[in-house]
Amino acid sequence: MTTDEVPAVRMRGIWKRFGTVVANRGVDFDLRPGEIHALLGENGAGKSTLMRILYGLYRADAGTIAVNGAPATIRSPHDAIAHGIGMVTQHFALVSPMTVTENVILGCDQRIRLDLKAAQQQVSAAADRVGLSIDPRALVKDLSVGQRQRVEILKALYRQARVLILDEPTAVLVPQEVEQLFATLRRLRQEGVSVVFISHKLHEVMQITDRVTVMRAGEVVGAAETSRVTPTDLARMMVGRPTIGVIKPRTISAAQPQAALQLEGVSARNNKGLPALRNLSLEVRAGEILGVAGVAGNGQTELAQVIEGVRPVTSGRLLVCGQDITNAGPRRAMDAGVGRIPEDRHESVVGAMSVAYNMALEHLDEFTRSGLIDRRRLRQHAERLIGQYQIRARPDDPIRTLSGGNMQKVILARVLDRNPRVIVVSQPTRGLDVAATEYVRGKLVEQRQKGAAILLISEDLDEILELSDRIAVIYEGEIRQILDAGEATLEALGLLMAGLRR
Amino acid sequence: MSEASLLAFLVGLLAATLRVATPLLYATIGEVYSERSGVLNLGIEGVMFLGAFVGFAAAAQAEAAGWGAYLWVGLVAAMISGLLMALLMALLSVTLGLNQHVAGLGITLLCTGLAMFGFRLVFGERPVLPRISPFSQLNPFPGTPILDPLLNQYLLTYLAFLVLVPASVWVLYHSNFGLQLRAVGENPEAADAAGINVFRIRYAALAISGVLMALGGAFLSLAQLGAFSPGIVAGRGWVCIALVIFARWDPLRAMFGALLFGGMFALQLRLQTQGFQLPYEVLLALPYLVTILALAVAGRHAPYPGAYLKPYRRE
Repeated sequence: MTTDEVPAVRMRGIWKRFGTVVANRGVDFDLRPGEIHALLGENGAGKSTLMRILYGLYRADAGTIAVNGAPATIRSPHDAIAHGIGMVTQHFALVSPMTVTENVILGCDQRIRLDLKAAQQQVSAAADRVGLSIDPRALVKDLSVGQRQRVEILKALYRQARVLILDEPTAVLVPQEVEQLFATLRRLRQEGVSVVFISHKLHEVMQITDRVTVMRAGEVVGAAETSRVTPTDLARMMVGRPTIGVIKPRTISAAQPQAALQLEGVSARNNKGLPALRNLSLEVRAGEILGVAGVAGNGQTELAQVIEGVRPVTSGRLLVCGQDITNAGPRRAMDAGVGRIPEDRHESVVGAMSVAYNMALEHLDEFTRSGLIDRRRLRQHAERLIGQYQIRARPDDPIRTLSGGNMQKVILARVLDRNPRVIVVSQPTRGLDVAATEYVRGKLVEQRQKGAAILLISEDLDEILELSDRIAVIYEGEIRQILDAGEATLEALGLLMAGLRR
Repeated sequence: MSEASLLAFLVGLLAATLRVATPLLYATIGEVYSERSGVLNLGIEGVMFLGAFVGFAAAAQAEAAGWGAYLWVGLVAAMISGLLMALLMALLSVTLGLNQHVAGLGITLLCTGLAMFGFRLVFGERPVLPRISPFSQLNPFPGTPILDPLLNQYLLTYLAFLVLVPASVWVLYHSNFGLQLRAVGENPEAADAAGINVFRIRYAALAISGVLMALGGAFLSLAQLGAFSPGIVAGRGWVCIALVIFARWDPLRAMFGALLFGGMFALQLRLQTQGFQLPYEVLLALPYLVTILALAVAGRHAPYPGAYLKPYRRE
């Protein structure tokens, strides 16, 4: 490949603002024909925004785009498709009650009549050509996440995409599916398709990409051939300093012999009335972090809700420090010493209320004097926590105006300040930047040292591996196996998460 | 009742059922198009009322001017009025993304007011309601024994059951427009990403719905009654909203829903004339009660379109 080749895509001086936040500040980006190009950066660095502009989902405030050397105006995905650009977004753009074929041909066919039989054959043929195995008649809602991703890729290719953008494609996959995806990408590269691979995972970038562009805070901080850089170089470019990582005091085992949280043969149903937890048993001892690994939707949400007391169990027992709180409700669970940091932080705060109110929300009775809320105490409490947890907010700010990291700190402060004996925490660092992530993880380890029993539910395997003393793999509502952190590898976890027994 | 008279009673009941179901079928299928695209069109009651008025007023003027095709003039005028109101609904709920409940009820209030005002303007104060000679019923197979009354129907009734229903099934499930319409109603983000213009599809769906609703209303004034009165629609639009859910957004099931309601309405009319020992108010309420019952049974696990009531916004 020569460098004076006409780039498949050339973006120059791209600016994009959302309100007061600048997501892209004068970004330049080049994509060469037939390469896999990593767009690397932390959450919020502006990677997705840049690519959404290229795909016409956002409009740039300023800047130009050229496709194969010719200037291109891209106002909508329709325009992007016409220029041979396809994108697989993080949240799949699929119509779930429809079939694979209907989804693939959607919007492609300008004829009046819909010929599903012929379309099915075309879709099958297109899938075979790039080695994607998929049943064209299956309903999308019955497909696994990995299969849905294949439908999305197929959709783009069916529209003759020569440029394929993948936004964090591996975030939802188990390791074996990642290998499959990489095989597909290599095959596409052979066919001359250019791939943009948005990621913040260094090892994947090193493994699959030819070139890499690193973004930080809305700007490009560097671009290079992947083979000429080391992961450490990239990490430094990404965060602007060497990554530290949480130092887990592994040497000191804080675990005490007695179990603080016990689940004995617990079963529960999900919102659709289907079994979500099946005869699930586990123990978390005081002073340990038990990580729960699994592909999303295998009962993690219901597991957390059962312990928090907001979802009834259909059989089994739930004990906190020996006290039976089975189906006792959230108040009793809290009184027994359960602290909860739920997966959707927007759902665990009241957006329009102030930081101070949100900090006291779970124990308003303690801030009440003769039936009235004692605002002074509320405020003092908030000021103390804001200082202690380094939250960038004032007590009176409506909590919805806070960034994700600061909001999570508020929730963390609300829970940890009470030194709960059991902490149920789900996806604690999802969507947070590196600094906030490190802070949150550090606080969890600190609580472990203080003797809390922590159940850590996360889809981020790196997080699980970094923090846990033991790791439980959940699959279809059952704990498949519990591994000691020392013996757990990515591969072993991946196999268990995919439902394979060792 | 003898066997022969029972048979005659049933045939007569069925014939009346088809007549009563006709306006419901137009409006219900209209609502199916709009809801399948993700927009609840509560303008339905008002647009039916406006269609009934505009159709009648235009036909009356054309009849007075001595035009032979005055009824068709009325029908076309009604359809245009429905189209305009649908475009207004689209502007409010699709382009501006306003709350669909509020926009739809607003359209209904506007249409009701416009029609009442228009009626005063065109016909003034009169001691007797103005009348036109309405569409006559026609029978493609005259002289058929027993079934004769059943086959004796309005052209608009034949069109509704034999053309509109199959055509709508074809459009929704066997055309690319239908695929796009359903996709827009289920997941507009996905449709947009697939290069479909979500706004254009929703405008088209609402336009179809407005025209069909106005046709349903015009059927009442131009065929069934040959007159216009303030109580002409009498909540039929609201019944259609329920029928759409009962029909699970499917044109064929909408036909059965319309027949069910039509049947109840025809039955209570006949029971009234047979001197049935029940207060007539109870009989009048019967079709509405059956609608609620049917809705409670069939609508509990109704598969609402994924984007029902959600305005679409990019960014």
